[in-house]
Amino acid sequence: MSNLDPAEVFRQEAADLIETLEQALLDLEKRPDDSELVGLAFRALHTLKGSGAMFGFVAVSEFIHEFETAFDRVRKGEAAADRRLIAAALEARDHVARLIDDPDVDPARGEAILAALKVAVSGDAPVVLVAQLEPVAGVAAPAAVTGWHVRFRLPADALTLGTNPLLLLDELRGLGPCEVSAEIADVPPLDRIEPQQCYLTWDVTLRGDVPQEAVDDVFLFVRDDMELLIEPLSEEGTQAEPATPTEASAMPRAAAVRPEEVAAASSLTAASSAPAGRLPAEPAARSSAGKVERNATLRVPAERLDELMDRVGELVIAQARLSQLAETIHDPALVNVAEEIERLTSSLRDTTMGTRMVPIGSLFGRFRRLVHDLSEELGKSINFVTEGEDTELDKTVIEQLADPLVHLIRNSIDHGLEDAARRAESGKPAAGTLRLSASHRGAEVAITVSDDGAGLNGERIRRRAEEAGLIAPGQPVSEAELNRMIFQPGFSTASQVTALSGRGVGMDVVKRTIDGLRGSIDVETRPGKGTTMTLRLPLTLAIIDGLLVRVGEDRYTIPLAAVEECLELPTGVDGDARGRSFLNVRGELVPFLKLRQVFNTEGRPDPFQKVVVVASDTTRVGLVVDQIIGNNQTVIKQLSRLHSGLKTFSGATILGDGTVALILDVIHLVAFGQKLEERRRAETLGRAA
Amino acid sequence: MSDRQETKGMHALTIRLQDEMFALEATHVREILDPVPITRVPNAGDFVGGLINVRGSVVPLADLRVSFGMDRPPPDADTRIVVMEIDLDGEPLVAGILADKVYDVTDITAASIEEAPRVGMRWPAEFVRGIGRRDDDFVIIPDMNRIIRAEGDRNSSLAAHERTDR
Amino acid sequence: MSKTILMVDDSASVRQMVGMTLKQAGYNVVEACDGREALQKAAANRVDAVITDLNMPGMDGLSFIRQYRTTPASSGVPIVFLTTESDDALKAQAKQAGATGWMVKPFKPDQLLAIMRKIVGA
Repeated sequence: MSNLDPAEVFRQEAADLIETLEQALLDLEKRPDDSELVGLAFRALHTLKGSGAMFGFVAVSEFIHEFETAFDRVRKGEAAADRRLIAAALEARDHVARLIDDPDVDPARGEAILAALKVAVSGDAPVVLVAQLEPVAGVAAPAAVTGWHVRFRLPADALTLGTNPLLLLDELRGLGPCEVSAEIADVPPLDRIEPQQCYLTWDVTLRGDVPQEAVDDVFLFVRDDMELLIEPLSEEGTQAEPATPTEASAMPRAAAVRPEEVAAASSLTAASSAPAGRLPAEPAARSSAGKVERNATLRVPAERLDELMDRVGELVIAQARLSQLAETIHDPALVNVAEEIERLTSSLRDTTMGTRMVPIGSLFGRFRRLVHDLSEELGKSINFVTEGEDTELDKTVIEQLADPLVHLIRNSIDHGLEDAARRAESGKPAAGTLRLSASHRGAEVAITVSDDGAGLNGERIRRRAEEAGLIAPGQPVSEAELNRMIFQPGFSTASQVTALSGRGVGMDVVKRTIDGLRGSIDVETRPGKGTTMTLRLPLTLAIIDGLLVRVGEDRYTIPLAAVEECLELPTGVDGDARGRSFLNVRGELVPFLKLRQVFNTEGRPDPFQKVVVVASDTTRVGLVVDQIIGNNQTVIKQLSRLHSGLKTFSGATILGDGTVALILDVIHLVAFGQKLEERRRAETLGRAA
Repeated sequence: MSDRQETKGMHALTIRLQDEMFALEATHVREILDPVPITRVPNAGDFVGGLINVRGSVVPLADLRVSFGMDRPPPDADTRIVVMEIDLDGEPLVAGILADKVYDVTDITAASIEEAPRVGMRWPAEFVRGIGRRDDDFVIIPDMNRIIRAEGDRNSSLAAHERTDR
Repeated sequence: MSKTILMVDDSASVRQMVGMTLKQAGYNVVEACDGREALQKAAANRVDAVITDLNMPGMDGLSFIRQYRTTPASSGVPIVFLTTESDDALKAQAKQAGATGWMVKPFKPDQLLAIMRKIVGA
């Protein structure tokens, strides 16, 4: 942490603060009277300004200073947080983000934004910006000063409040050779001495050509409350008339005191301080609103987490080897250690993966602005609803989801939601609803983007698909297949290309990105009612719990989260030769797939075949295997490009004995099985005809 | 490791496939392994029908004998796996190459390399970058990029249709 | 024995910058992100000086200074507060609360060290 570039830390922090600011502004639009939100926005600005300047982001800091000044009127209740103000403030927030990237970016625009902001907070005519001038430093001290006579007495409580006269004297000594004497006339008799009080007055003769400001600066913090006399030394060190009038002129002269003695006196203060006692414990939980809740967090570069995950992956593999070894050697002590290591590894794995999980709300927040802007731009009133912000997903997955979701949201707003007039015609409320939700479904997270708009236009999709040569004219295509056409490269149905979407790129990119994450995308639409896009994504890309099975000589891993139960395949339920049939599981018909057939396994099947029932989407499917070996931790290794086309495998893993096992992709495997089934049906029909 | 090296000489690792000698770019060879357990990849096609574990990484195993239409006898005492890093369209791809035998590392001079004859060759000409000469033997210099791209494409396009034809 | 400085600021970047500068100069640094945490840290550590921001969520700097000054352990401990403008009213208010000195943001590491020398010594 400590070797991080501070400017980089600032950038990260600034990104968070800008985000906080934006959320506060957007919330403020809905609840303009919420002073807590105003405070939140103001604090974000303030911190940005302060730390920006400190890390050399001067342009940022200067701009925010103006921004803050304008916004301060809202804080003081002098201006209302109306739409116009929020719009201007959001503009200003964008400019801050730009300035952080490039301090020289478009200064004219910055001025214009600030001007607009000022108008918004004043509620009347534009205000001309007045440049703030730094106060000019005082006239230079007269030349050829030979030194200063300084006489001071601290306020009585100065020691208690942390001012240390010794340090002041040291500082004066730092300016030049000094003669110091202390007056002890005011020190009361011992029985009346307050040990923490300061009774002394010091006289210092400082020699050398020292500017007055340097001497003034020594007393910077205490000047206002103390008796202080600073006067230039006349020739030969004799005193001139006081240059600065103070009440100190009547102070008596005194005997010299050596610094050590003073030190002894002031050490009393330290000795008298009571041992640090515990304060009454603050309740850990904050206000019920939880708005100010802060957990201690640590920023860690993402690469380190990736690295950690890799190491844990290697550890898991090494541990599997150890366990296997322990089993063969049959040494109880070794078995014990192996089990202990297995337990530790497993919990280390969970913890490590936990550190990578991020609530998806962090992503959803970004879209509020997008929806807000699109709504303004297109003049469509939109009710944006988010659900399941707490749903956690692997950081890498979340990052890669941002672009696809932006595209889906744009698409919904641009093409899905109708304008107010058309909505009125179809008897819908004027404001369209866009719903973004996330939820856990087994080992997956489902994210849906749904709107209550017009739905996909099947006719138009068909026309485009025919034009693009994706289907032959008049070719019978199921509705679901037709809807999936929109994910084909170069497909766009927007009759008018708008700036937002409809450029014919995007949906295919969305699909590719989701595929790359081992996820899937589905579209469901009802004409006139709306469209729902569902993304399904694996929780993590790193390590999963797996169920190891054997099919012939080969071993495969099935993601445990997808496994519902394991059964023995009843004898006589052999299904057909093509590998697909049905099994009665407690009264429910579950189709099953013989993996031996799917994988063209050679040799004779084991006499007692096992069925692993997995849930995929809405269907349950039984996978018939020769043997169920057991659970294992599965470190997912991506398949190379040479095998990336094989959808039935989501990756590979390395087993305890060092061999490679493929990981089954349950969804695609079931789809594959369904294809086999369809083929079989077609063949049966063909034969019958 | 690209097409432009046709006329240059090469630092070559020579291997035997069936009864022909092949030359692999020695600078791209990472290591040579004794046979290790191979995990069969169902429906992947014979060219890259296996995966191996190379020091904790899962690496595809390519069998050039498939590309050159050769017999594929089971591994014997001479069988080796040559692990290579192949630059495929700018991205490195680590793959194992199955060899019936590994000979040695040698320099093949540019002068001794001829372009593959378009006709009269048993092998698919597009997979051969050139024919080198070593003593009295011919050495086939395979075009690894082209082979992998062709086989990979075939594989992924077949896989995309989930090879229901088997 | 090196001096221990309690650094209170809600900005992690400021804490980091101050922390690094002070540590390199040989000080011990205890960090807190708001007044409440600062009070806990101050109670748990022997502190030689406090640097605190004024504007913080949770408990702000002024309330922190006032509360801290009610504890006996604070006696003789200098408190420097951070401020973005040279606002005299604010300074007076902070001094009233018990602050010893102030530092105007932005500041450079050597300015910070100069202030620290001024209030706690090297």
